[in-house]
Amino acid sequence: MSGIIRKNAWVAGLLALLVVLLVATRMIQPGFGVSGLESIARAALPFVFATTGMAVVVIVGGIDLSVASMMAVCAVTAAVLMERMAGVPAILIVLALGLAMGVINGGLIVATRVPDIVVTLAMLFVWEGVALLILESPGGSTADWLQKSIRGSFLIPGLPNALVIATVCIAVVWLPIRRARLGIAIYATGSDERAAFRSGVAVGRTRIAAYGICGLFSAFGGLSLAALTGIGEPVPGPYLLASVAAVVLGGVVLGGGRGGLLGPIIAVFILRIVRTILTLLAVDPNVTTIIEGTIMVGVVMLGTAATMRGART
Amino acid sequence: MSGTQLLDATGIAKSFGAVRALTEASLHVSEGEIVALMGANGAGKSTFVKIITGALRPDSGTVLIRGREARVGSPAQARRSGLVPVYQEPSLIPDLDVADNLRLTDTPVEPFRRWVEELGIRRLALSDMIGDLPLATLRILDLARALASAPDVLLLDEMTAALPTDLVERVLKVMRQKADEGMGVIYVSHRFGEISELCDRATVLRDGMSVGDLKIEPGVEDRAVELMLGQKLDLAARDIHKTRGTTGDRPRMRVKGVAIAPKVSDISFDLFPGEVLGVVALEGQGQDELFECMAGFMPPRAGSIEVNGVAADFRHPADAIAAGVKFVPGDRADALLAQRSVRENIALPFSARIRAWGGLKLRHERARVAHAIARLQIDTRAQGEVQRLSGGNQQKVTIGRWLATGVDTLLLFDPTRGIDVRTKRQIYPLVRELAEQGASVLFYTSELEEIPLACDRAVVIFNGRVVDIIDAEVADEQTLLRAAYGLVAQEGAA
Amino acid sequence: MSMVVTDPPLVRFGRFLRDNPVIPLVVFLFVLVAVLEIMRPGIVTPFRAGRDGVISTFWLGNLIKFAIPLAMLAACQVLTMLTAGIDLSAGIVATVAAFVCATLSSIWGVGPAVATALLAGLVVGVVNGIGVGLVRVHPLIMTLGTGLIATGVLQVYQRLVINAGSEIPGFLTWLGTGRTLAMPNGLFLFVPFALFIFWLMRFTGFGRLLFALGSNENAAKLSGVRAWQVYVALYALSGVIAALAGLLYLGIIRQTSLSLANPLMLPSVAAAVIGGTSIFGGRGSYAGAIVGALIIRVLDTMLTLMQMPEGARTVLFGLIILAVTAIYVRITGSR
Repeated sequence: MSGIIRKNAWVAGLLALLVVLLVATRMIQPGFGVSGLESIARAALPFVFATTGMAVVVIVGGIDLSVASMMAVCAVTAAVLMERMAGVPAILIVLALGLAMGVINGGLIVATRVPDIVVTLAMLFVWEGVALLILESPGGSTADWLQKSIRGSFLIPGLPNALVIATVCIAVVWLPIRRARLGIAIYATGSDERAAFRSGVAVGRTRIAAYGICGLFSAFGGLSLAALTGIGEPVPGPYLLASVAAVVLGGVVLGGGRGGLLGPIIAVFILRIVRTILTLLAVDPNVTTIIEGTIMVGVVMLGTAATMRGART
Repeated sequence: MSGTQLLDATGIAKSFGAVRALTEASLHVSEGEIVALMGANGAGKSTFVKIITGALRPDSGTVLIRGREARVGSPAQARRSGLVPVYQEPSLIPDLDVADNLRLTDTPVEPFRRWVEELGIRRLALSDMIGDLPLATLRILDLARALASAPDVLLLDEMTAALPTDLVERVLKVMRQKADEGMGVIYVSHRFGEISELCDRATVLRDGMSVGDLKIEPGVEDRAVELMLGQKLDLAARDIHKTRGTTGDRPRMRVKGVAIAPKVSDISFDLFPGEVLGVVALEGQGQDELFECMAGFMPPRAGSIEVNGVAADFRHPADAIAAGVKFVPGDRADALLAQRSVRENIALPFSARIRAWGGLKLRHERARVAHAIARLQIDTRAQGEVQRLSGGNQQKVTIGRWLATGVDTLLLFDPTRGIDVRTKRQIYPLVRELAEQGASVLFYTSELEEIPLACDRAVVIFNGRVVDIIDAEVADEQTLLRAAYGLVAQEGAA
Repeated sequence: MSMVVTDPPLVRFGRFLRDNPVIPLVVFLFVLVAVLEIMRPGIVTPFRAGRDGVISTFWLGNLIKFAIPLAMLAACQVLTMLTAGIDLSAGIVATVAAFVCATLSSIWGVGPAVATALLAGLVVGVVNGIGVGLVRVHPLIMTLGTGLIATGVLQVYQRLVINAGSEIPGFLTWLGTGRTLAMPNGLFLFVPFALFIFWLMRFTGFGRLLFALGSNENAAKLSGVRAWQVYVALYALSGVIAALAGLLYLGIIRQTSLSLANPLMLPSVAAAVIGGTSIFGGRGSYAGAIVGALIIRVLDTMLTLMQMPEGARTVLFGLIILAVTAIYVRITGSR
C-alpha cells in the first residue's frame, strides 16, 4: 500500500509544483491566460512524445539515445509525404515507420548483445543521416488541418487542443499495453531480469516491444514537430537530453522497473514553464538555454545519485 | 509410501569449460515423498538444481517427469510440466505489486490467498509492492505462489534460511501435509534439524556424483557427514611446517560485535600477528560480508574493527590497504584485469596513489614483480593476458599482487576454490611462511580439510554468529563439518 | 589441469587482430588509397599525369593536415574509452576554444587568449569528471549535457564580443596552413602530442589506471585505486586536448563559427573505434586511432568523389561504429 502512496506522492508533488509555477507565471505576467497555456502546450508537444517514448525504454531497463533522430526522420517523412498524398495515409505511414525504427533498435540490441547505450548511440547517427537523405534541407509541407489541429482549445477555453491530442495518443497506445501482460513484462524485465526470466517472461521480445513503442511515440513526436513548423526539419532537435531529464524528474528510475508515464509528462510541462518564466522575466534566450541545460544536467545528476543511494541501502 | 515416480533424473553430467561440475548425479522422487538433497560446498548442488528446473541444459543424462522425458528448455517449460522451484532468492519482481507478480506466472489468485494464510502471513494486500515487503515474507509468497499452481513436484532450495522459527514450523507442516496428499518435494538444505523432522530420504551429492541414498532415522547425521566427506585427495602435510611466527599478546586485528546487514548479526574474534586464523562456514553464513567489511568495501552496521589497537574506520579499500590490510576475494574475476598482463596485474597497487601517477619506475617494478612471480612459481607462458592462465595461476597472481607490495594482514577468501591440487599445495606453505614472517592471515576455505593443514585456530560461523573457536591442530573434518552445521551448539546444550 | 586452454581459430585470429590492430588497419588504409586511385586516376600517383614524384605530396600533405585535428579529438575518445567512457563534449569544446581564442586575441593579445581557450576546455572537462567520477552519471549523458550547456554559453559569449571582431593568431595559421618540406606544419604540434599520449598510455601510472578501470573497476578499487580521482583527471585532460585540437583547427580553417569543430565529433568516435579501441574499456591503441583518422579522411574523399550526400556519410559512420562494436563482442565472446 505504501508503495502506491509513495509513487503517487511523487506525481502529486510534481503536479503541485506545476500549479505553483503556473501561478507564478500569472503573477509575473498578469496577461498570461488561455493563449499562453495553449502556446506552452503546443511547444511542449514534441517534448511530451519524446519523453513518453524514452520513459518506456528506461522502464524496460534501457535507454534510447536515438529518439531525437527518429523524430527528425518522421518529421521529414511526414513533410515529404504530405506534399504528395492525403494527410491520413501519410500519418499512418509515418507511424509505421517510427514503429519499424524502434523495432530495429531493439532487435539490434537483442541480436548483437551490445549494450543499449552503444547501439542507440550508433543509431542516433544512422537515423540522423537517414533524415538528411530524405530531405537535405528544411522543406516539404504539412497539411493545413494538421497544423490547425494543435492550435486553440478543445470545447472549453483553457484546455489546449495540443494537450488533448497528446493525452489521447498516449492513452490509446499505452493503456491497453499497460493493462496487458506485455506491460507487466516490461516492468518485470526492467526491475529484475533474472527473476523475470524465471517467471517465464520472454525477456528479449519484451525489450524489442518496448523499443518499438518508443519508436511509435517518436513518430508522434515527429508528426507534432512537422505540425508545429509546417515543414520538415532534418536536423534533430534538443529532445534527447530534455527527455532523459524529464524522465528522471518524473520519477522513472534509470536502470528500470520503476515509475509511470504520468510523472515524466508533468515533468515536461514543468521544464517548459520554467522556460516560459525565464522568457517572461526578459532573460536572454541564450542564457535561458544555459539555465535549462544546467537544470537538466542537475536533475540527471541528482537522479543518478538517488538511485545509487537506493541501491546501497 | 512408494507411489508412482514423479521425477526421475538419472546420470546427469555437466561441464563448464574444463570444469566438470556434475559427473553422474541422480535423483528420484515418488508420489508423497520428501527427499533431501545434501552435499558439502562445491559438490554440484546448485548446478544440479538448475538442470532439474530447466535453467541449464545437461550435457548428458535424462530428466523424466511422470515417466515422460521432459525437454525442459526454460523455467516456464519446467513449470508447465509440473515441477515448480522456490529459490533462495525469491523470484518475485521487486517493482511490481503482488497481483501483477501472480499474473506474470498465470497463478490463480484464490488458492494463492489460501496458501498465504495457511503459511501464517496476515495482512497482505494484493496491491502491496514486492520491494516493500521483508525478505521472510517474500520467501513465503514465493512458496505460496508455487503451491497455488498445484505442482506435482516442489523444489525448495535453502528456502528456510533466515526465516523466523515460527514460519519455518509452518512451512514444514504444510510440506508434510501436501506430501501426504501425494505431492513430491525436493528439499535442498544445510539444516539437519529440519531434514530429520521433515524428510523421508536424503540423497547425498559429492564431487558431482550421487554417492548415497539414506533413510532418515536416528543417527543419520553421522552417516551423511561421512558420505559428504568421502575419500578425499591426499593433501598430507608432510612438507608443510607449521611453526608460528612471533605471536604478540596484542592482536593485529580485533573484530568486536560486528553486525552487517542482512546476514551478519554478531561476530567477534582477534587475529594475532604470526597466526593463520581459519574461518569455517557453510555457504552464505555471512562470511562474504565479513571479509568485505574488513577489507573496506562496506562499513559495519554495528560493532567495531581495530587494527593494531586503533579503531579502523575504513571507507574505501584504499584505507584498509593503508592500514596494511590486503584482501584476496573469492571470485578471481573480481580481482583481475582479465585482458591485461601478469605484470600489470601484479603492479596495479603501485600506481594507485596520485603520487604514483607519473612515469613508471620500470626497473623497481620489474624487480618486485619478478620476485613475486618467483616466490609463487607463477607459470608465465601465457603472461600477456591473465585470462589465458589456468585458474591456479590466476589465483597466484591475485596473491602475488600483495606479496609484491608487502603484507601485514592478508584476508584470503577461499583461495583454493576450483584450482588444481599442485597449486593448492603451493599455497599452504606460502600462507605458513607469511605467518612465520610475522604476518596475520585470515583464511576462509570451503574445503574443510585445509583447516588443519594451514591454520592455527579456526572460528566457526553459523547463521551470522561465531558459534565456536576451535584449535585447528586437533580438528578433524568430522568435527569441523559438524561445527559448520551448527551441531556443536546442540551438543553443548544437551 | 594446468594446461592452457586452446581456443577456436576464429577467437585466436580475433585476438591477434585485437593485439595488433595497426597492421590490418594499415593494410586496409592502403587498399582504400588504391581504390581511390582507381576511382580518380592521378589523385594519388600523379606521375601518370606527368606531375611531381611517385606520390603526390600535395595530396598526402592535405590528407595529413586534415587528419591531425581529427586524430587529436580521437585521443579524447581513446583515453575516455579506455575507462569505458566517452567524451561527446569534445567537438563543442574544440569549437568553444577556437572561438574564444579568435575573439580574445584582438582584445587581450595572443598569449592570454590561448590560455583562456585551454582553460575553458579544462573547466568543461573537470565538470565532466565530477559528474562521471563522483556522481556516477553515465559519461555519454554527462558529456552530452555539458556540451549542450557549453553551446549555450558560447552563444551568450558571442553576444558579448560581437563588436570585438576576431583575429586568428599568426602562429596558429602557420601551424594550420604552412608547410615544411611539403608536409603540414601541424606535425610540429602533433608529433610531440602523439608521443606524449603514447608515453601516457604505456609508461605512466595514470595510463595503467585507465586500462585498469576499464577492464575491471572492482579490481582497481580492491587495489586501492580511488576511481573518482582518475576520472576527474582524465576528463580534465580530455577537455584540454579537445581545446588544443580546436586551436589547431582554427588555424587550418581560418574562420570562426559557432559550430566550427562540431562536425568532427562523430568521425572522432569512429576513428577511435576503427582503430581498435573498445568502447567497453580496457583496450585501446592510439596508433590505431591515428590510422583510423587517416582512413576516415580517405573514406571522406571517396564519398565526396562519389558525390554522396552528407546524410549517407553520417549513416555510414554510425553503421561502422555499430558493426565494429558488434564484431568485437562476437569474436571475443565478451564485452
